[in-house]
Parts: sequence; structure tokens; C-alpha cells
Amino acid sequence: MLKIDNLSVHYGGIHALQGIGFEVPDGKIVTLIGANGAGKSTTLKAIIGLVAASSGSVSWNGEDLTGMMTKDIVKKGVVLVPEGRRVFPNLTVDENLSLGAFSRTDKPVVASDRDKVFSLFPRLKERMKQKAGTLSGGEQQMLAVGRALMTRPKLLMMDEPSLGLAPLIVKMIFDIVREINKEGTTVLLIEQNAKAALEVADRGYVLETGRITLTGTGKELLADDRVRSAYLGEAG
Amino acid sequence: MPMELSTFFQQLANAMSLGSLYALIAIGYTMVYGILRLINFAHGDVFMLGAYFAFYAITLLAMPWWIAFAVALGLTAVFGMGLERMAYRPLRDSPKISVMISAIGASFLIQNLGVVIFGGRPKSFPSIPLFDTVVRFGPVSVLSVSLFIPVVTLVSLIVLLYIVNQTKTGLAMRAVSTDLDAARLMAIDVNRTVSITFGIGSFLAALGGIMWTMKYPQLNPLMGVMPGLKCFIAAVIGGIGNIQGAVLGGFILGALEILIVAFLPELTGYRDAFAFVLLIVVLLVKPAGLLGKAQAVKV
Repeated sequence: MLKIDNLSVHYGGIHALQGIGFEVPDGKIVTLIGANGAGKSTTLKAIIGLVAASSGSVSWNGEDLTGMMTKDIVKKGVVLVPEGRRVFPNLTVDENLSLGAFSRTDKPVVASDRDKVFSLFPRLKERMKQKAGTLSGGEQQMLAVGRALMTRPKLLMMDEPSLGLAPLIVKMIFDIVREINKEGTTVLLIEQNAKAALEVADRGYVLETGRITLTGTGKELLADDRVRSAYLGEAG
Repeated sequence: MPMELSTFFQQLANAMSLGSLYALIAIGYTMVYGILRLINFAHGDVFMLGAYFAFYAITLLAMPWWIAFAVALGLTAVFGMGLERMAYRPLRDSPKISVMISAIGASFLIQNLGVVIFGGRPKSFPSIPLFDTVVRFGPVSVLSVSLFIPVVTLVSLIVLLYIVNQTKTGLAMRAVSTDLDAARLMAIDVNRTVSITFGIGSFLAALGGIMWTMKYPQLNPLMGVMPGLKCFIAAVIGGIGNIQGAVLGGFILGALEILIVAFLPELTGYRDAFAFVLLIVVLLVKPAGLLGKAQAVKV
């Protein structure tokens, strides 16, 4: 279980996260929704050690992750699919996948995981030797997810996986999120596409200007008037 | 005045060996730039240290030349890694200009420490018969070291390209050079990867430094300044960040310098200026360098 307690992050004088707390229970899909600048990406970056927390703690199965280096957090099975996909454009699809498995030494299992990624995303297999920079946005997102799966995540965090993608691809990505979760991976999902996120989520948290203002199951939040007017574009 | 064929070959041999030396040093600039977007201004001084380490290993410690060279190469590589650790790593998240100033400071520090420790008076490199004999091909005569230099450079380049393109460490280097944070997310040890890059670059600089002092057998603590500048230019001409580009730039610069002096001896005094003129021309015509790709910078 991932447990965030009173987490604060400062960027210079800006107080980006103002002491938030939430939990991601094992085997669940949890989503954090909120507008631009609410602190969603910052939360994920603080969990994985890309930005330093100014106070509070992040613990993973009872172990304190705060202050740990990103590479060590990733080795514990906490993996991030970053915003904007961040595939390595000058490397091939195959090399990108190998980087996902960079810290792993169990070669035969890595090979079978690669096959599994290819069966989830047959397009990636077709483009194995192609540079990632030549892929379409949707294919790059598939690669980013596939690359993360190569790390064998216990907790998969995804930052805006649907951003800028065609509806069909968005649906596919969410289907795969559901499938990954069914196989036992815990998912922490961040989305501006609140409807899609809440539909797959077991639990949701609403983040506003660095604070958590609302929480509930996915269904409860979908039915909540405040959520409907602020994030689902429906008259309240 | 028509040039004799033999003169042409003579100059070609000179150009090849000078170009190879430039290429070796330019690779260090380009690798460090590729991975950290940093111009390591102390690289020329690392080159100088490599030569001095070999010199002292032979003269002071009386080692056979091949052991002395191995020791010097190893020491210089370790020195380069230490330099990164002390002068650059603490500034990893600082503005680029701070790191650049630190690099310039490191360069001056090494030069002046060199003057204090090694003495400002030039030293002459001991003669090693294998590298010191004159080889004649008909009317063309070259120092044997000039024949070794291109071979050593070629072998180094092949090994280096193998490491970068075929090994796991190389994959990590390419990932770090593209996107530092994304590399961290792949559980890559960024510090270790940067260290290795500095180690390799400094090793090659030492290799260049040792061969340089056998070809021009004099050492002084400022000997790295001009080659350092020129090889930086070579790296920029080839497209900084690109290894093949650095090698190409090194050869172009070496060849141009030798051939212009050969064709137009009255310009010999301006020999060092050619590199800078070439730099200006390339920057005007192809700012990303010959093999470099123009990069859109996100503002």
C-alpha cells in the first residue's frame, strides 16, 4: 500500500502541494483528478523522487520513500509513466523497452514480458526497429506504457495518459489500465479526463490548488454535483 | 609552383596524425556535452595531465613505457571522474552558466597547479625507440609515432562506438543524454553513467596527450590550452554531441591546418587562426555543425 501523509512541495516561493494525504490500497485503481496546476503531476513526481518534498512522508508497504533516489524507488516496483510520455525519441522501440527492464537481471522473464507487451500492443512489434520519435502520439503512449510494464511494476502511476490522444486510443489505454490492474498491479492514475478516470477508478481524490478537497469511490464522485459541474462540464 | 607528389604524401601523413589527435580529444568534449550539455573547459588540461602522468611514470618511477602509459591512462580517467564529482556534480541542478564558470575555474586551477607542481619550465619527453624512429617510404619520411596515431585513434573509435551502441552502459548513456529525468525513471544510475562518460572522455584525452608529446616531445603545464580550444572547435564543427561528428571535425581541422601551411607557407604565422575562422564559417552556414541536427529549444 502507498500512503501519502501531509506531503508538501515548494517550487521556490510557490507552495505547490500544501500537505496532502491519501492512500492507494493494493490491487486498486485510485485516481487523482483536478484542473491544470492543481498539483497532480507534482504529487507523482514527489512520490517517485523527481522533486523533493519539503515536508510530509511517502511510504510504500511500510517503507519510507522520502529522500530516496528515483532509481531505488523504481527498483522497489513503483513506476511512473510520465506526462508527455517521455519516450526516448532517438532510440528504437526495442531499445526503449530494454530501458524499461534496465535494472532487471532475470533475462528469460524479461524476454517473456517483452512478448507480453507485444501481445498487448501489436503495433509496437511491427515498429520494433523504428525510432520512437517517428511513432504517432498514440503509439508513443503505448510505448510509454509498455516500457513501464517492462519494469514489472507493483504500483503503476500514470500521468495524463489520455492527453492529446484520439478517443479510440484513449479507450484502448483505459482498457489496458483495467487489464493491468486485473492482473494484480496497483494503479495510481492522474487525469484531466475526469469522467474516463472515475469510471475505471475504485477510489478518487479531487485536488484543488495543492489541497485534497473531496474524496469518494469513483461512482460517488461521478454522481457528485460539485465534481459534475467543475470537472465533467455539466450544469450543476 | 606545382607541388611534388612526395610533398603531398608527406603533408597528408602529417594531416592524418594531427587530425587523429584532434579527433581523440574532440570526442571527450562531445561526449560530455552530449550527456550534460556542458562544455568541459578543463578537458584540455586533462589532456595535459595525461602527458605529465606518463612522463613522470617513465622518468621518476622508471616504469617501462607500456606500463607507464597504462598507469597514466588509468590515472587520468580517475582524475576526470573526480573532476566531475567535485566541480560539476554539486551544480547538476544549477543554471548552466554556473556549471560553465565552474568548468573555467577548474581549468585555471589545473593549469596553475600544474605550474606549481610540475614547474613552469618545459620538460622533454623521454625517447621511446619504437615511436621515435624515422620511417621512410621513398622520399616521404615520417616519425613512427605518426603511423601509430591514426591506428590507435581508429581502434579507440571502434571500441567506443561499440560501447555506446551495443552495451547496456552505452544504452544508459544514450538515455541519460536524451532525457535525464526519464532516464532516472528507468532506474538508471545517472551519477554512475555520467562518471563513466567522464572516465572515457578523460582516458581518450590522456591517449591523445601521450601521443601528442611523443610527436611534439615537449611538455608544459599550458600545453593543453590551444589543443583544447581547437578540439572544442572540432567538436562544434562536426556537430557537438555527435561522436562521429567530433572525429570528422578533428580530421577536417587537422588537415586544413597542415595543408594550408603547406600550400601557403607565408600564412604559417596564422596557423592557429584557421580553426577560429573555420568555426565562424561553420556557425554561420550550419550552426548545428556538419553532422549535428538542429534542435528546437522549448522556451
